[in-house]
Amino acid sequence: MTMTVQRTDQRSGPPAASGPPARRRLSLAARIRRDRMLLLFAAPGMLLLILFHYLPLLGNVIAFQDYLPFLGFRGSEWTGLGNFSVLVTGDAEFVTALKNTLVLSLIQTVFVFPIPILLALALNSLLSERVKKLVQSILYLPHFLSWVIVVSLFQQILGGSGIVNQVLREQGFGVLNVIGNPDAFFAVLTSQVVWKDSGWATILFLAALSRIDVEQYEAAAVDGASRWRQLWHVTLPGLRGIIILLLILKLGDSLTVGFEQIILQQPAVGQQASEVLDTYVYNNGIVNGDWGTAAAVGLVKGLVGAALVFGANKIAHLFGEAGVYQR
Amino acid sequence: MTILGVTDRRRTGGYQGLRNGQPLPSPTARVLRGAALAVCCFLVLFPFVGVVTTSFAGQDDVNRTGGLVMLPREWTLDAYQAIFSGGVVTRALLVSVFVTVVGTLCSMAVSTLLGYALSSPTMVGRGWMLMLVLLSLLFSPGLIPSYLLVKQLGLIDSLWALIVPTMLSGFNVIVVRAFFMGIPDELLQSARIDGAGEWAIFRLIVLPLSKAVLAVVGLFYAVGYWNAFFNVMLYINDQSKWTLQYVLRTYVVNNTRIGGDQVNVDALPPQPALQMAVLVVSIVPVLLVYPFLQRHFAKGALTGAVKG
Repeated sequence: MTMTVQRTDQRSGPPAASGPPARRRLSLAARIRRDRMLLLFAAPGMLLLILFHYLPLLGNVIAFQDYLPFLGFRGSEWTGLGNFSVLVTGDAEFVTALKNTLVLSLIQTVFVFPIPILLALALNSLLSERVKKLVQSILYLPHFLSWVIVVSLFQQILGGSGIVNQVLREQGFGVLNVIGNPDAFFAVLTSQVVWKDSGWATILFLAALSRIDVEQYEAAAVDGASRWRQLWHVTLPGLRGIIILLLILKLGDSLTVGFEQIILQQPAVGQQASEVLDTYVYNNGIVNGDWGTAAAVGLVKGLVGAALVFGANKIAHLFGEAGVYQR
Repeated sequence: MTILGVTDRRRTGGYQGLRNGQPLPSPTARVLRGAALAVCCFLVLFPFVGVVTTSFAGQDDVNRTGGLVMLPREWTLDAYQAIFSGGVVTRALLVSVFVTVVGTLCSMAVSTLLGYALSSPTMVGRGWMLMLVLLSLLFSPGLIPSYLLVKQLGLIDSLWALIVPTMLSGFNVIVVRAFFMGIPDELLQSARIDGAGEWAIFRLIVLPLSKAVLAVVGLFYAVGYWNAFFNVMLYINDQSKWTLQYVLRTYVVNNTRIGGDQVNVDALPPQPALQMAVLVVSIVPVLLVYPFLQRHFAKGALTGAVKG
């Protein structure tokens, strides 16, 4: 490549138009040849991504078919919007699933979401760096255990022959009937989510807390702000960006609640208490072979989730927040 | 510790009443917070105790308590001998180890190569490739189409069904790429002038400089493979290909009896001891890698996590 150095100061005019261009744009073919090694590096990963993330999107056409596995995509009959009828006719099973999903989502946003913030604030006020590290290590641990293990542990602690009930029996109290009790199921689910992921979620808030400028606290203190006022006017604004980001993502996931967690415990408490949209899709499609309806519900769920993310992001932008992505 | 390149151990210039850039709470508040955190730690650690002790308990202890045994009077390794005796649990353990090791190696190869290509500032097509990776984080393709795809590929009842569909995590690619972007370009350019090809640069310069992030991402992948349960339920019908998580679900969550034909021992240890031994075996590997993971968290795990 030829490089021509040009002096650019006020007096020299633009270079003569007849002169050679400063840099030649390479043609696409030449760039591909130049980057062939890098493209080769990227190929397997991109292939997997397209195969398992983007190709299945096309598979959603079966939502508009009476799909039968032995006929395949091409042979199955087109039914238009017939599969979507459960969404509007008020099919009892579907309504139960939708109601449970929304209630659980609300619980997780209102009760579960603030817990890591409180934990992070408490962690941040620990004086000894050593103790802080130790506590963090302990609190992060449950995040790395599988749902199967978490559910097993809860059964062993709260179940009929669990530790809690052993103690209660020895002391002559009644027995706590929690595990396998449909009425207590939401409480059990929520406490499992809190136990598993609250500690891990503090990471992001701690990172944000450590980036708040000390001088802001000093200035607030000099102006006579009490600790509460400092928390309100300095700490919380420092956390605002990350809280909004996480709330947007949570909103996008609001139709997705703990699938593995619920599938594991469904046999014990029954479908009425535990059916959510994801389990509805699984039970109807993969278990019962009602492929079309399951795909239709899954498709609408995905579209609504995406719309919620984009909508929430738009609103965040209107309020001058960064949100999940920017143009 | 440093998160996102920011150290939170800041000196406040001797200003009283501030520490780490945070206002110092009053003594009562500190005691209360300390107590609250202590309770949280107890709630995390407490469940493990009963599980571990029960796995060492004998028949008398189990009969005495009717379930979990907090303090066994006689400690025995019978339960562990039974599950390692070459039955269902042993095979599931081997399957889990295979899937975890092979899966993690494949995942790391694919993710680091893609991350490196995407970290090049000039690569042709870099823009839309990055866009595809980022978009894949915002939505999931849907259970039914994914299942039908795996079925079409003929992976039902193959261990590859537990590896290939989850081999690439877009999030991990972004993390790796963010770290690679931080490597000074002059270093790579000078190597190129010396005649090094991309492969040599990647292997001899970039990878050795990224040990921390590779450790974190590798362990994330490994824990993911080790903990995967639903894909087994979805794609595997053949009992000889069950993973440990699925065995745990069958014999502990659903409380199916572990009979004499599942283990190769003469005298069957008590059920709770057997169940808890399986549970312990499934937790131990995570506990083993956890300290290493801990060490690199701050460095690697969050690079690009917040700034996508």
